[in-house]
Amino acid sequence: MKAPEMIIADRPPDIKEIHVVWMTTGLSCDGDSVSITAASLPSIEDVLMGAIPGLPKVHLHNPVLAYEVGDDFMQHWFDAEAGKLEPFVLVLEGSLPNEKIKSEGYWAAMGTDPDTGQPITTNEWIDRLAPKATAVIACGTCATYGGIHAMEGNPTGAMGLADYLGWGWRSKAGLPIVNVPGCPVQPDNMMETLLYLLYQVAGLAPIIPLDDQLRPQWLFGKTVHEGCDRGGYYEQGDFAHEYGSPKCLVKIGCWGPVVNCNVTKRGWMDGVGGCPNVGGICIGCTMPGFPDKFMPFMDEPPGGTLSSGIIGAYGRMIRALRGITNRTVNKEPKWRHSGHNLTTGYEPKYYGRN
Amino acid sequence: MKSVESGDLVEMSWDPVTRIVGSLGIYTKIDFAAKKVVECYSTSSIFRGYSIFMQNKDPRDSHFITSRICGICGDNHATCSVYAQQMAYGIKPPPLAEMIVNLGEAAEYMFDHNIFQDNLVGVDFCEMMVKETNPGVWEKAQKAEAPHAKDHGYRTIADIMHALNPFEGEFYRETLQVSRYTREMFCLMEGRHVHPSTLYPGGVGTVPSIQVFTDYLVRLTRYAEFMKRCLPLHDDLFDFFYEAMPGYEEVGNRRVLLGCWGSFQDPAVCDYNYKTMGDWGRAMYVTPGVVVDGKLVTNDLVDINVNMRILLGSSYYEDWADSGETFVKNDPLGNPIDKRHPWNQTTIPKPQKRNFADNYSWVMSPRWLDKRTGDHLALDTGGGPLARLWSTALSGLVDVGYVKAPGDGSVKIRLPKTATKPDTEFTWRIPKWANTIERDRARTYFQAYACACAYYFVERAMAEVHAGRTATFTPFKVPDEAIGCGFHEAVRGVLSHHLVIRKGKIANYHPYPPTPWNANPRDTYGTPGPYEDAVQGCPIFEENGPDNFKGIDIMRTVRSFDPCLPCGVHMFDGEGKILEQHHAPMFGANHGPGGPK
Repeated sequence: MKAPEMIIADRPPDIKEIHVVWMTTGLSCDGDSVSITAASLPSIEDVLMGAIPGLPKVHLHNPVLAYEVGDDFMQHWFDAEAGKLEPFVLVLEGSLPNEKIKSEGYWAAMGTDPDTGQPITTNEWIDRLAPKATAVIACGTCATYGGIHAMEGNPTGAMGLADYLGWGWRSKAGLPIVNVPGCPVQPDNMMETLLYLLYQVAGLAPIIPLDDQLRPQWLFGKTVHEGCDRGGYYEQGDFAHEYGSPKCLVKIGCWGPVVNCNVTKRGWMDGVGGCPNVGGICIGCTMPGFPDKFMPFMDEPPGGTLSSGIIGAYGRMIRALRGITNRTVNKEPKWRHSGHNLTTGYEPKYYGRN
Repeated sequence: MKSVESGDLVEMSWDPVTRIVGSLGIYTKIDFAAKKVVECYSTSSIFRGYSIFMQNKDPRDSHFITSRICGICGDNHATCSVYAQQMAYGIKPPPLAEMIVNLGEAAEYMFDHNIFQDNLVGVDFCEMMVKETNPGVWEKAQKAEAPHAKDHGYRTIADIMHALNPFEGEFYRETLQVSRYTREMFCLMEGRHVHPSTLYPGGVGTVPSIQVFTDYLVRLTRYAEFMKRCLPLHDDLFDFFYEAMPGYEEVGNRRVLLGCWGSFQDPAVCDYNYKTMGDWGRAMYVTPGVVVDGKLVTNDLVDINVNMRILLGSSYYEDWADSGETFVKNDPLGNPIDKRHPWNQTTIPKPQKRNFADNYSWVMSPRWLDKRTGDHLALDTGGGPLARLWSTALSGLVDVGYVKAPGDGSVKIRLPKTATKPDTEFTWRIPKWANTIERDRARTYFQAYACACAYYFVERAMAEVHAGRTATFTPFKVPDEAIGCGFHEAVRGVLSHHLVIRKGKIANYHPYPPTPWNANPRDTYGTPGPYEDAVQGCPIFEENGPDNFKGIDIMRTVRSFDPCLPCGVHMFDGEGKILEQHHAPMFGANHGPGGPK
C-alpha cells in the first residue's frame, strides 16, 4: 500500500466523491443514528457540507436523515450492490439475527424483493453489500458484539457483525471490520472514527489502528476507571454506599475498573455528562460481554469486594494523612494579616518606620 | 403516463418510510382519478423479543434493558420502568429525585420534538419538497407574507420553506444545534443520552449540585428564546397549508380517539401505590385521559389500566389466550384482569411470510375497551402532543404558574423574559380536527409546554437544594412476589410497562410504547390501526400523477404520528400497477403491494 498523502486543505482530494451506506435495520433501536446527530467533533453537517479539509464530497444514505423515501431511497442500496456507488463505506447499526433457525418469515428486513414480494432480510443485504464496500463499520454494541438483543434467552439468535462475517473477514481493500461499541455509541467517537476512515479511503491516513476486538486503539485503549474523575475516591478507599453520593461507585455496581471506554474522559456531549462522573454506575455497555456478564447491574461486581477491601486499608491511611495536609493547605500563611508590622520576611529599608 | 380512469386502483408503497425512527412500510391503493387513498396497510419488519429475554432476569435490571427498546426516547422507557418497579417494591423516591427525573424528561421532550419537527418532518414542508410535489403551492408561498414575520424574521412562507431545506437551510441547521444543547440538558440530569446511566428505582445517582441546575437553567433560557421564534414560525407555516389548499384539513383526519397516560409526577401526591393511582395520576403535570369524539371518557389511570387489551389479528404471533399463564387475576383493588391485558400477555413469535390478506406485521394491536359501548377502540396518540394537550385541556387540572389549563378547552403556556424577547404567553386551543396539520402544530406547542414546566421544576429543585434536602435515593429490597405498572408519556405518546415478579425474578414484563398503538395492523375485529385509518380515505393534494408520485400527503400523515417503530409502514412509490377494477382488499394475495412491477 502506498504511503498516505498529508492532509492539505488547499489540495483537492484524489477521490472526488465517497458514499456512506448506513443500515439501521439490524436488531437495533436507531440510537446510534440519533447519537451521531448529537456529535459536534465533527458534526454530521461539518462532514456533509465540506467543512473538513481534504475530504472528498461525502454522500450519506441513512434512513433516519434521508430526504428520499421508499423506492427512491432503496435505489442507493441497489446501486451499491451493482457497483455504482464507488467507493462506499458500509455502516451497520443493530445486531444480526439468525435467519436460519426458522422455516420462513424474517426477523429483520428492509425493502421488498421485486421477484417474491417478500421483504429483503438485513442479513441478505450484508451478504450483498459487504463484498462491495471499501470499509465496513459496526456501529454500536449491538452491531459489534450482539449487545442487548443477544442476551441469554433471546428468541432471534442475535449476534454481532464479526460473528456473522467472521472475525478474520477483510474488505476488498484489505480492511478488517471496524468496531465502534457503545450503547448507544458515544457521538464523537463514531463521527471521529468515520472521519478517520473517510480520510483513509481518500488515501490521506494510514490504516486505522485497531485492537484485538477491532476497536480503534486511541478510543478504547483505556478503562473507564483510568479516566474517571472519581478515581481519587477509590485511591483513598472512600466508597459510595448509596446512589446520589459523589464518591467512588464500585461498591454499588460500577464496573469502570475493567471496562474499555473513554466516556469519563470525553463526557457524553462536548464534555457534558458521562456515566460515573455524573453519578451513574458503569454497566459495561461497550464490552463484548455486555449485557449478561454485567448483570444484575446494580450489584457490586464480583472481585470488587477483594480489591476495594485491599485498597480500603491503604486508602484510609492515605486519606488520614491527606486530611492533615488538607487542613494545612486550607489555612493561609501567617504573614497575611492587617497588623502594623510586615512579617513576610522582606526587610524594608525606606518605609520610614525603622 | 398511463391513462387512469375512476375506479382504477393503483398500488403504491413506501418501504421504508424514512425520516422516522425504526423500519416502517406503508402499502396503499390509490384512486388517482378521484384523488383519494382507498386502502392502506402498515407493516413493520423487525422483531427483537424483549418480553421473552427479560424473563427470569433481576427486576432491577429492567429499566437498563427496556431503555434499549428505543434509540430516541429510551429514557422514557427507563423512567416508566422505574415507575413500575417503584410500585412493585413499595417505595417512592425523595422529592428532589422526582424533580431531577421530571427535568430529564422535559429535556427529552424539548430535544426530541425539536429534532423530529424541524429536521425530519420539516423536510416534508421544505422548499425542495414543495417544489417537487406542489409547484402551485410554492408559487403561492412566494407571495404569502408570514403573519408573524416580526417574531421569527422570515418575511414570506417561501422564506420559511427555504430555511427548512435539509442541511442547506438556516433553520434546519439551527434546530440541529438546538437538539444538541437540549440533549446536554438531559445529560446533566441523567448522565447520557439516550440510555440514561443515573436512573434507578428509588431515585437517581445524579449529584444534586448548584452547578448542574445552573447549567440546566441557562440552557433552558436559550431554548425559551428559541421557542418564541419557533412557535410563531410553525403557526404561520401550518396556517398557510390550510389557506393554500382548501380542504387540507381532511388530510390525515381521523375520528377523535385519543389516549394520554400522563407525564411529570408531583412528589407531594405520588406514592406509587396502585390503590391511589387515580389520585396521583390526576396530579401529574400532563393529565392522563381517554378522549372519544372530543369528550373526556376518563382521566383515572386505574380505568385506563384495567381496560387495556392486546389483540392479535394480522401480526406474526400465536395467540396465548388459551395456553398462556394467567399471572394477575385481579388488580390490588379487586378489579378482574383480562387474559388479553399486558399483565397476562405471553409473547409467542411465529415468523412467517408477509401476506396482506392475512398476517403482515410484527406489531400487535393494542386496544382500549370502552365499557360504555363494548367497543375495542383503536386509540391513537396524536403523535403525543395532540393527545397530551387535548386531555390536559379537557380535565382543566394543571396549574403551575407557567402552564395553566383553565378548563375552557385551552392550555396557556407562559415563557418568562429571555435575553432579547419579553415574557410571552401562548394559548393552545382544542382544534376542530385530529388531522395531520393539528398533530404537527400540537408538537410545537408541547415543546413550549415542556419548556415552561422545566422552569417550574428547576425552581422546585433549587429550592430543595437551598433548603439542604439533597437526598436523591430511597433504599429498597426486591420482594419475592409483586406486581407493578408504570404509566408515562413517551415523546410520541402513551407508554406503559407491566411487571410481574415471582421468586424475586421477572416472571412477565410487557412494555406498550406509543407506536404499537399507532402503527398496528388490522385487529381480530378487522379494525384498522390508526395509521391505516388516517391514510384510508385521505384526499390527495399532490400535483404529480402516478408516474412520479411522491405520496407527500400520505407521508405527512404518517409522520404526523411521529413513528418510532423500531418497526415500519410500507407504501408503493413511482410507477404503480393498475389492479382489476374492484374494491375488495386483497392486495394481490401472497405478493402484497410490494409485488412485481
